[in-house]
Amino acid sequence: MTKAYGQVVANDAIDLTVGRNSIHAILGENGAGKSTLMKLIYGVESPDAGEVLWDGQPVTLSSPAEARRLGIGMVFQHFSLFETLSVVENISLIVPGKKADLAARIRALGQDFGLDVDPFADVHSLSVGERQRVEIIRCLMTEPKLLILDEPTSVLPPQAVGLLFDTLRRLRDRGVSILFISHKLDEIQSLCDHATILRGGRVTGNVDPRQHDAHDLARMMIGRDMPPPLHADPLPVGDIRLELSALDHQPDDPFALGLSGVNLRLHAGEILGIAGISGNGQGELARLISGETRLSPARRDDIRLMGRGVAHLDPAARRALGFAFVPEERLGRGAVPEMSLADNSLLTAHPLGLLKRGLIDRRAEATFTAACIRDFDVRTSGPEAEAGALSGGNLQKFIMGREILLKPQVLFVAQPTWGVDIGAATAIRQRLVQMRNEGVAVLVISEELEELFEICDRIQVLHKGHLSPSLDARTTKAEEIGRWMIGAAGVPA
Amino acid sequence: MSRMIPHLVRRDRASLRMAVLAPLLALAAAIFVNLLVFLAMGKNPAAVFYALLLEPFLGWSSFSEVLLKTGPLLLIAQGLAIGFRAKVFNIGAEGQFILGAIFASAIPVYFPQATGQWIWPAMLLMGALGGALWAVVPAFWRVKLNANEILVTLMMSLIAAQVLNYLLLGPWKDPMGFNFPQSVMFQYDAMIPILLAGTRVNVSLLLALFSVLVAWVYMQRSFGGYQFLVGGLAPKAAAYAGFSESRAIWLSLLIGGFAAGLAGAAEVAGPIGQLQRGISTGYGYAAIIVAYLGGLHPLGILASSLLMAALYIGGDNAMVSADLPIAAVRVFQGSLLVFYLAAITFVRFRLVWPQHKAGAA
Repeated sequence: MTKAYGQVVANDAIDLTVGRNSIHAILGENGAGKSTLMKLIYGVESPDAGEVLWDGQPVTLSSPAEARRLGIGMVFQHFSLFETLSVVENISLIVPGKKADLAARIRALGQDFGLDVDPFADVHSLSVGERQRVEIIRCLMTEPKLLILDEPTSVLPPQAVGLLFDTLRRLRDRGVSILFISHKLDEIQSLCDHATILRGGRVTGNVDPRQHDAHDLARMMIGRDMPPPLHADPLPVGDIRLELSALDHQPDDPFALGLSGVNLRLHAGEILGIAGISGNGQGELARLISGETRLSPARRDDIRLMGRGVAHLDPAARRALGFAFVPEERLGRGAVPEMSLADNSLLTAHPLGLLKRGLIDRRAEATFTAACIRDFDVRTSGPEAEAGALSGGNLQKFIMGREILLKPQVLFVAQPTWGVDIGAATAIRQRLVQMRNEGVAVLVISEELEELFEICDRIQVLHKGHLSPSLDARTTKAEEIGRWMIGAAGVPA
Repeated sequence: MSRMIPHLVRRDRASLRMAVLAPLLALAAAIFVNLLVFLAMGKNPAAVFYALLLEPFLGWSSFSEVLLKTGPLLLIAQGLAIGFRAKVFNIGAEGQFILGAIFASAIPVYFPQATGQWIWPAMLLMGALGGALWAVVPAFWRVKLNANEILVTLMMSLIAAQVLNYLLLGPWKDPMGFNFPQSVMFQYDAMIPILLAGTRVNVSLLLALFSVLVAWVYMQRSFGGYQFLVGGLAPKAAAYAGFSESRAIWLSLLIGGFAAGLAGAAEVAGPIGQLQRGISTGYGYAAIIVAYLGGLHPLGILASSLLMAALYIGGDNAMVSADLPIAAVRVFQGSLLVFYLAAITFVRFRLVWPQHKAGAA
């Protein structure tokens, strides 16, 4: 199968054979072409060349409905459920039948495959793991012969991953073939019996992952040896740069999660990681720290930055105290998509001499932008390229670079390596550690536990708006963090 | 079969060549399509296009009339374009123009005997304030209630027309005016001085030209204009950087209203010389076309306002000399905008034709 988007060949003559009773991994970095391949198989996109054989017969997959009719189901990385409807109502949108019958089938499937969920619960009240179960049940009700799962574990706490794997093994034993997309090597080794490895849109390996060690797989995936993980040595920490004391906040949006009793202390020369599954209050916490959400002046000391109460100050005032921030959404928040990179430099870097008497100094702006592009290896045609035309990873490098060049005292990064390829992700993490070593206080929110363990000195876990006590990243086990992530720790059994 | 259809691919950056070419392509396409329309109507297209597009530029007296129309179009479009670039769509310049005319007329209507060189500048100022005030309503509703400014500004224009009717049929009607819905003729000092002797072109054209400079500095060079643009294009990015999010909405509408009000004042204190129903021949709506045809760029708008003014004069010519209905002129203006909006797609995107593959099944 071949598929090109403009100049970029996302899939280049890819051969893939999925057997019966097989859990087949598609392994590759971000941008390797995994998602494109799945879209071709699920009928979302049509190939430029190549053909699909289903049970030995050539078929044309012109739409997802066509794919479902053949028996191909897909569980997406980002869920497509209506939050205000119940589980059974969501399912009845796709599967015909009376509600009572559907509810019975949901329960039966739940028991058969370990997908326990209350059919009459409203979706907004479900955890991420439960929502994923609903998606899988919805797929199973169309009785698929091939089930595609796109990075299903990226949203799950460690304990739920085990449950999901049990379910997938049971499905395999009943004759459902499974395509499992991931870039997590250990998961693939424990679950899959076959792995097709993609790199730059081509197949670079077809192996039994149980016969190879992680090092081999990684080399096939990134085309060179993995950069060594960089375990930073502990440093003596300095003064408190950022402090949140018993911070409570209920956002205006009734569906948004509030924060309660959040305590956090960030010192110079350390990296503090906020772990947790997305949707547990990370967004609100980030906005409170950045100043996009402000509190009344009476509560100014709930957030202290560089020793000053700042909870009432706007982002510009906080930045003036030495604060820099890389938000989770790059387009539309960290950068303006319609503007050039040069104009996007101006967004936060304008105090670095890019203005002259209220007018923009175009030369200084271009110089700064060119430096940022060069130092942070942003792949683009130049400072005049529009931010919206950059890939997610490259834009992330640009925004990271812009904020780091501000030489902040406190650097706050949300999801530093989302959608960034491994090489660039490693560079970003090394840069964060380097910032720490230079005495900057670094705060990182991330969903990726491995990432936090790699770079952080301490970790705190956010669950349903509560922040756990500080845990030492060097001595705490992943399982313990996992317990905090699902709210099972710190509570007497 | 989707692979056989040419598709659009986003460019790495906006193409300057296409940005300049787009209005010319639109003009060519509009001429071609309207040629067919004129033929279908049984008109002689050569005569129509001569009257419509060439005659306005031939001869000083008709060209001076083009300049006279250019003033209000340029002023309103310049104000609107600032808002459009921040994605705040003020469609109600017509109403703001009318309110500007009304506010300006208040001085000569209530003080018909007053004399002095202060009167016409005061009228311009009043007009600008009136237009801006009329824009306060949609701005406030958008910021506080998230009411769509397109609908509110449009409806406010209809209200403005009724306010004008009420005044002209009631309290402001000229008692000596044989019951015509119009105000008294303004006194000499309420008239803007003539700029070019022997024509009707007055000093307000200089104001319009000055607006080009102001808009250029503000939008292309100043940090204030930059913050304003960020607020309109990406409100979350403005919040992230610590710029005001509502500032773009307020400024867009106030600047648009200010400019349109100024144009309205210049019209009653200029070529018309009194408040009457026909003060605007759709300037507020035509200026939307002018703003887009000019690529929302201050210099581009200078060119497009001249073109649109010529179309006004040319349309009048064609009505007389080629017996063209006024609706046909409107169709020409409208088709120009439609083709332009189609053409500017190619500023940010390029068309990719599918490569022909031999042996593809």
